Amino acid sequence: MKKDIVILGAGTAGTMMSNHLRRALADDWSITVIDQRTEHHYQPGYLFVPFGVYEPEEIVKPIEKFIPHGVDLVLGEIDRIYPDHDKVVMGDGKEYNYDILIIATGTNIAPEEIEGMMGPHWHKDVFDFYTLEGAVALRDKLRKWEGGKMVINIAEMPIKCPVAPLELAFLADAYFEHRGMRDKVELVFATPMSGAFTKPKATEKLDYLLKEKNIKIVPDFNIMSVDGENKTITDYGGEEISYDILVSVPTNKGSDLMERSGIGDEINYVPTDRGTLQTKVKENIFAIGDATNIPASKAGSVAHFEGEILLENILRYVKGEALKEEFDGHANCFIETGHGKALLIDFNYTHEPVTGTFPFPGVGPLSLLKESRMNHMGKMAFKWIYWNMLITGRHLPFVSAQMTEAGKVFDD
Amino acid sequence: MEKTMAGTAIRVTEEGYLEDFNQWSAEVGAEIAAEEGITMTDEHWKVIDYIQDQYKNEVPLTIRKVGKSGVIDIKGFYALFPGGPLKKASRISGIPKPVSCI
Ligand SMILES: Cc1cc2nc3c(=O)[nH]c(=O)nc-3n(C[C@H](O)[C@H](O)[C@H](O)COP(=O)(O)OP(=O)(O)OC[C@H]3O[C@@H](n4cnc5c(N)ncnc54)[C@H](O)[C@@H]3O)c2cc1C
Repeated sequence: MKKDIVILGAGTAGTMMSNHLRRALADDWSITVIDQRTEHHYQPGYLFVPFGVYEPEEIVKPIEKFIPHGVDLVLGEIDRIYPDHDKVVMGDGKEYNYDILIIATGTNIAPEEIEGMMGPHWHKDVFDFYTLEGAVALRDKLRKWEGGKMVINIAEMPIKCPVAPLELAFLADAYFEHRGMRDKVELVFATPMSGAFTKPKATEKLDYLLKEKNIKIVPDFNIMSVDGENKTITDYGGEEISYDILVSVPTNKGSDLMERSGIGDEINYVPTDRGTLQTKVKENIFAIGDATNIPASKAGSVAHFEGEILLENILRYVKGEALKEEFDGHANCFIETGHGKALLIDFNYTHEPVTGTFPFPGVGPLSLLKESRMNHMGKMAFKWIYWNMLITGRHLPFVSAQMTEAGKVFDD
Repeated sequence: MEKTMAGTAIRVTEEGYLEDFNQWSAEVGAEIAAEEGITMTDEHWKVIDYIQDQYKNEVPLTIRKVGKSGVIDIKGFYALFPGGPLKKASRISGIPKPVSCI
């Protein structure tokens, strides 16, 4: 008898899993992947759009191009999951039954969560860059801008790709310098964290870079509201910061679908076992990527590492075997620092990012937690790797799903 | 490392969070609060109770979750524990530093 796997979301993780599973499972399994959009966006590219490094066309491709033969792609909005009935119901009422469900619906910005953020000033003086529209609007604004105060703000943690706002600050510094107007721009980085980042060693390094680039950091700033008319943001403690341009990373939330289905936490992330990626909703529901509540970075690289482990666990589940608790929270992120350089960080649940070499211990060619041109080339190559290897579920050479401690300097 | 609080040796992390929740007592909590410049009131203790309850039930905490708890709203939470309310309240509660999922 035919059995069904349904994958919710055809972004980074959903597309990757549809490729993994089609290769691994025989024809008695039918695979369906559902998404509301027709376009797949290379989201890491949003960072470069405001500065004219990437054109929107380079980072958008049709979703169907990456879904393999033998997988059914369904377009439409998913309304609800009914775990007790093993079915998913679409906005138009259509139903899909499943034996195994994989949730890969990602996370998105929710600017409406911050009082006053939405309004006539949205995408005029107040921007996001976590959507293509936001990144394009910011690009158009910067092209005409003659200078003033640009404030970059993270509303609250967790956010996806938590280093992206810092990268935006670094790239803005380089961009204004390149245009010969750096002296006309004041750059401020206001964050709810107590430093540039959450992990101590990386924070030390990044705080230093902010200083070097003359970007003022305002730590422990927890935004409460935006006053679009007077161009100020206020935090819960009463502190105010004025701006000419506000680049915000608003609250990030999982899909509303979780709220409708009654299975998410208060920001719509799905409670998931951090080692096996099985959800706590029901044993035949798994989750991957930004949609889960596991304490790992929300990043494409993390989704990639999770994918190898989730594939194995689903194959075990199909055979009735015990799941492997293997996911260690491995993340690997380039941090673009401007002027053709970047840093690289590699870490997991228990090991913070440190200095060293990657992926070959002692050799590199990439250097951890240190600026280099090679790292920048790695970041740029990531776009090719993403379209050609990552979402099609190929193993990245030399990089293992679990973090390796070799080549790293842990105590200094 | 070890630190003497409320007359006993308590194991704490570099950042001053208790390593073992079992070593916590209200006196220890009040002493940590004092270090943070906070004088504990009934309002404070209600929040600490809630946070410890969540911790015992292994529910990860966020500022938003505390704000939705019915015990206090976000503004009030900030007013009681100015600066970094979740961090400060976690320290006073004797639970580990909140992991901001990065
Ligand atoms: C500015 C920026 C920079 C980044 N830089 C990096 C980087 O340098 N390196 C890195 O590794 N990662 C980076 N990331 C993060 C990375 O893009 C994400 O972590 C990754 O795409 C997550 O994949 P996902 O499959 O979980 O979610 P997504 O790729 O977002 O896919 C979710 C899909 O689900 C669909 N969906 C959601 N709800 C519904 C519904 N109700 N009905 C139908 N469909 C639905 C959506 O349409 C979407 O297609 C960056 C992200 C941003 C925004």
